Amino acid sequence: MKAPSFRYVRARSLQHAYQVLQHHNGDAVAIAGGQSLMAGLNLRLSGPKVLVDIGGLPELSGMDCGGKEVRIGALTRHVEVLRSKALQERIPLLPQAVSHVAHAAIRNRGTLGGSLAYADPAAELPACAVALDATIVVGGLEGEREVKATDFFTGLMDTNLKPGELILAVRFPVPPPHTRFAFDEFTRRQGDFAVVGLAVTALVGGDQIETARAVYFGCVDRAKLAEQVSSALCGLKLPVADRGAIRNAVTKDLEPDDTPGWRAETKLRLAQVLTQRIVSRLAESGTQ
Amino acid sequence: MADSADKSRSSQKAIGASIPRSELTRLMSGKGRYVDDIKLPRMLHLAYVRSPHPHARIISIRIDEALGAPGVEAVLTGDDLNPMCKPLVGVALHRPGHRSPPQSLLATERAVWQGQPVVAVVALTRAEAEDAAEQVTIQWDPLRAVTHPLDALDKSKPVVHPELGDNLAFDFTINKGDTDKAFAEAAFVVEDQFRFERQLAMTLEPRGLIADFNPGDGSLTVIHSHQSPFQMQDVFSQHLGIAEHKVKVLAPDIGGGFGMKLNLYAEELAVAAASMRLGRPVKYCADRLESFLADAHARDHVLTGRMAVSSAGDITAMEVEDFGAVGAYGMPLRFNVAEGMMAITMSGAPYNFSDYKARTRSLYVNKNLVGMYRGVGMPFACVLTEVLADRAARAVGMDPVEFRRRNYRPRGSYPCVTPGGQKLETVSFHECLDKLVKLIDYDELRKEQQALRQEGIYRGIGIATFVEQTAYGPPYYGPSGARISTQDGCNLRLEPSGVLRCVTSITDQGQGTLTGIAQIIADSVGVPYADVGVMAGDSSISPYGGGAWASRGMAIGGEAALGAGRKLRANILDLAAAITQTSVEQLDITGGQVVNTKTGMAVISLADVAKVGYFRQDTLPADFDVQLSVSHSFAANAQMCYLANGVQASYVEVDVESGFIKLLGQWAVDDCGRIINPLLVDEQVRGGIAQGIGAVLFEECMYSPEGYLQNGTLVDYLVPMAGDLPDIFVEHVETPETATELGAKGVGEAGLIGAMGAVWVSVNDALVPFETVITHQPFSPERILDAISRSPGALNTGH
Ligand SMILES: Cc1cc2nc3c(=O)[nH]c(=O)nc-3n(C[C@H](O)[C@H](O)[C@H](O)COP(=O)(O)OP(=O)(O)OC[C@H]3O[C@@H](n4cnc5c(N)ncnc54)[C@H](O)[C@@H]3O)c2cc1C
Repeated sequence: MKAPSFRYVRARSLQHAYQVLQHHNGDAVAIAGGQSLMAGLNLRLSGPKVLVDIGGLPELSGMDCGGKEVRIGALTRHVEVLRSKALQERIPLLPQAVSHVAHAAIRNRGTLGGSLAYADPAAELPACAVALDATIVVGGLEGEREVKATDFFTGLMDTNLKPGELILAVRFPVPPPHTRFAFDEFTRRQGDFAVVGLAVTALVGGDQIETARAVYFGCVDRAKLAEQVSSALCGLKLPVADRGAIRNAVTKDLEPDDTPGWRAETKLRLAQVLTQRIVSRLAESGTQ
Repeated sequence: MADSADKSRSSQKAIGASIPRSELTRLMSGKGRYVDDIKLPRMLHLAYVRSPHPHARIISIRIDEALGAPGVEAVLTGDDLNPMCKPLVGVALHRPGHRSPPQSLLATERAVWQGQPVVAVVALTRAEAEDAAEQVTIQWDPLRAVTHPLDALDKSKPVVHPELGDNLAFDFTINKGDTDKAFAEAAFVVEDQFRFERQLAMTLEPRGLIADFNPGDGSLTVIHSHQSPFQMQDVFSQHLGIAEHKVKVLAPDIGGGFGMKLNLYAEELAVAAASMRLGRPVKYCADRLESFLADAHARDHVLTGRMAVSSAGDITAMEVEDFGAVGAYGMPLRFNVAEGMMAITMSGAPYNFSDYKARTRSLYVNKNLVGMYRGVGMPFACVLTEVLADRAARAVGMDPVEFRRRNYRPRGSYPCVTPGGQKLETVSFHECLDKLVKLIDYDELRKEQQALRQEGIYRGIGIATFVEQTAYGPPYYGPSGARISTQDGCNLRLEPSGVLRCVTSITDQGQGTLTGIAQIIADSVGVPYADVGVMAGDSSISPYGGGAWASRGMAIGGEAALGAGRKLRANILDLAAAITQTSVEQLDITGGQVVNTKTGMAVISLADVAKVGYFRQDTLPADFDVQLSVSHSFAANAQMCYLANGVQASYVEVDVESGFIKLLGQWAVDDCGRIINPLLVDEQVRGGIAQGIGAVLFEECMYSPEGYLQNGTLVDYLVPMAGDLPDIFVEHVETPETATELGAKGVGEAGLIGAMGAVWVSVNDALVPFETVITHQPFSPERILDAISRSPGALNTGH
């Protein structure tokens, strides 16, 4: 398939990008790495009149790992997150999750901002943003604002972004030292979008989980906190002896759909298996 | 120094050497030239509007808006193009009772599968053609569809072609010996139903062609991503009414065929018709989405198999019943009854029994046509036979390897004919199995499997024996009425500088066949491999032949090359003898030099021979006849096919909680007769194995019950990638074919056939502790979990 014809504008500045987006009022979209957008265009799933290339904007680049939080520019490529030594030390969940994102060629181009804005319910990074309680920095002609990741993903491939707004950066609080992370997913092939995936951050004191944030992807309509599973984990002693409560919590949190090749009940079962495995791993993984 | 380098060059035999494909550097550095890279002056691009429904009446077609769209040169419907072309009829004359209605280029009143082309939009660019195609409005009246092979004969289901009365395309029965008696007397009977979902060939380069009709001289040139330019030259000539010498088909670089690019596509003929109508070159390249809908599909069968076994562990009889949903029409020339016929004629082939009953039915459904795809129906035979053999072994209480050894036709019993009609002559089941058992350290692997089961790790070992029909000969296609040549030819000439140039009728879609041809020529003439150039893929200048299909390149094209090489060698020696005034008996050619047979000393170079032959004939005797261009064709007139064989093993682990399968290892011991190029043979086996693994674990065209394809992209139609494959180990037994001097058999399909069998058997072996089986391909996690949930013991898997 060939994409329907469109006009291409390379944004000279953030303001320029905002203006072009505003001017075309819904007929213009931003393009970052193009790894989701171009496929959609070639499949003729969407037909924007104008593409605004934000790829060259320095305001959206760069990673700052210095302080109590890590700030990652929207244009940061998946490969940069994967290879970052600082992230490896401070928020290892991110590079671990990115190692499951697609394949090398796609990771070289795909961006953090693009992944969050696209809000694919099977994508790894939106789930991690919620699990890590990140804050998304958003900009537009009316100025900048900040949205908690928990409020950002509003529905199936839908976000809190208003027309003409861009993601500028994502702020990740650096988790306290006794935080443990666990991440895994079921995919049919290496690099595929997850059928069922789970990211967990847990504060562990001694052998007890104090608080936990569990976020599923693949079997949900959007990245959101799995409240029942998260609270079922709280107070549990590691290794977990009674898994029944967690299994029940999974059923309460998730309401997957039937999709070709997967009945909802199968996805639910996989989510239970994955959750059990991840909880076992929490017991094994050392404190950060 | 130069001398000794020359000597080592000359003593090196090309046949048997692992030489990489000659075109590799060119293709890997992006210098290939595929159909879509080629641009002709005044060329137009065609895009199709296809039926969105599996079965629907066309109420009206509105093309006005599309005609006015930017860049559009024509919008053509069936009313425009169908009358230009003789309809296609996919009926095999050698299969009594086979029937198919004629198929026209574009659907006019009714569409019978989702993806059937209805309107052709021709524009200056493909993008403009696609833009305009969106402006064509077709008013549809959707009808009920029939989709499943087991539904097709149900009276309550729609009939695809009302003029046929029902959906039965073909019905064939084999009945040898007294099967009923054998089953009645059997100590054990094992049986099951096997479901194979539809799949695709998924070539890296999709189908494509440029049809260039020149109104100035009435000639048609087609640049075609096709495996048989000769077949297509004949088709374009016959169906479009152009004298054959005015039609030429060129096959440039081709990125994979796998049989899929051998089929005959109405929509490809329509491109030629469009070019004739417009008097301009027209390009059509299927994009990936169209590949899903319009490339010939494969499989879609339900088979039932039964095996009778004596208490001593001897297979005494088999029964097979097959239902194949072949799509909406018979595939013209490459008949889609073949999958079912191979399934029933090859089931049980390695095993020593004589009572056999089998039946296949091909059925029309509202889906795209099934056509040729690597392995055709042979994998069904392998899977069904080997899954049942494993179960029979278990029923008898015998190790599966021991059971196979016991039941293979004994060494020394060849030649013989199996009850399914396979003539076994140079097969090597025992030798292959012995080698495989050593290769995988079978007893140790079994021990490991048993030990791990105690830890809740479920691994399976699968052994699968197969025969591969390769290189079909005249007795197969001749009586079918299909104008398909089973002979191949080779033109060969000595160039004035002493190197060789060859044109073969064999074509190459990535197999490396042309490299093999060059190796054969090098040795048969006596020149270094590097001095041989090989061309192929031009129906107008090549000797006539078949092209690439049925694993025939080396077996038949190689034999033709050998013949041409020998002829040219003799002619060169004659000329060399005349020039040097020696007798031919004293001369030999080696390393590109004419040498003295006794002393091995160089007498004259091929360059000097050629110089005289082409430029200084005045120095020769007046009546000396210089022939430095030769041609040779080959077919084994009486040979139905060349039977290759092999045994494969898989080692898998099933995660019984999630249903996910991990392949830990894959081994093949293959016998394809004489090996010309070990590297390329191993690549064929490995590539075939990858596709076999894909078939069993991943690939499925998922149709809704209403007949809509639900996964028509590479996101959700899963093809295994390198990271999803295990290490593959390939070994060989070499039993040369006796019908040719070269002794090569085909190897193109072996990997796929054996891998499908071995993976099926191994996954089922892993599930043995659960007393359950999986018989529905592909083995998705959900199907594995369903199989485990059917476990009678309801073994607790941790839930
Ligand atoms: C074969 C393949 C496999 C893949 N597998 C995975 C996978 O396993 N997991 C996974 O998570 N992803 C996967 N992806 C998607 C990949 O990660 C994408 O890179 C990512 O989803 C989008 O990032 P991008 O920069 O390419 O965005 P683009 O494609 O450029 O844009 C996507 C959308 O986001 C918008 N956008 C981009 N940047 C911004 C911004 N700064 N502010 C506001 N809106 C913005 C665009 O307007 C567009 O609507 C896969 C992609 C491919 C092609």
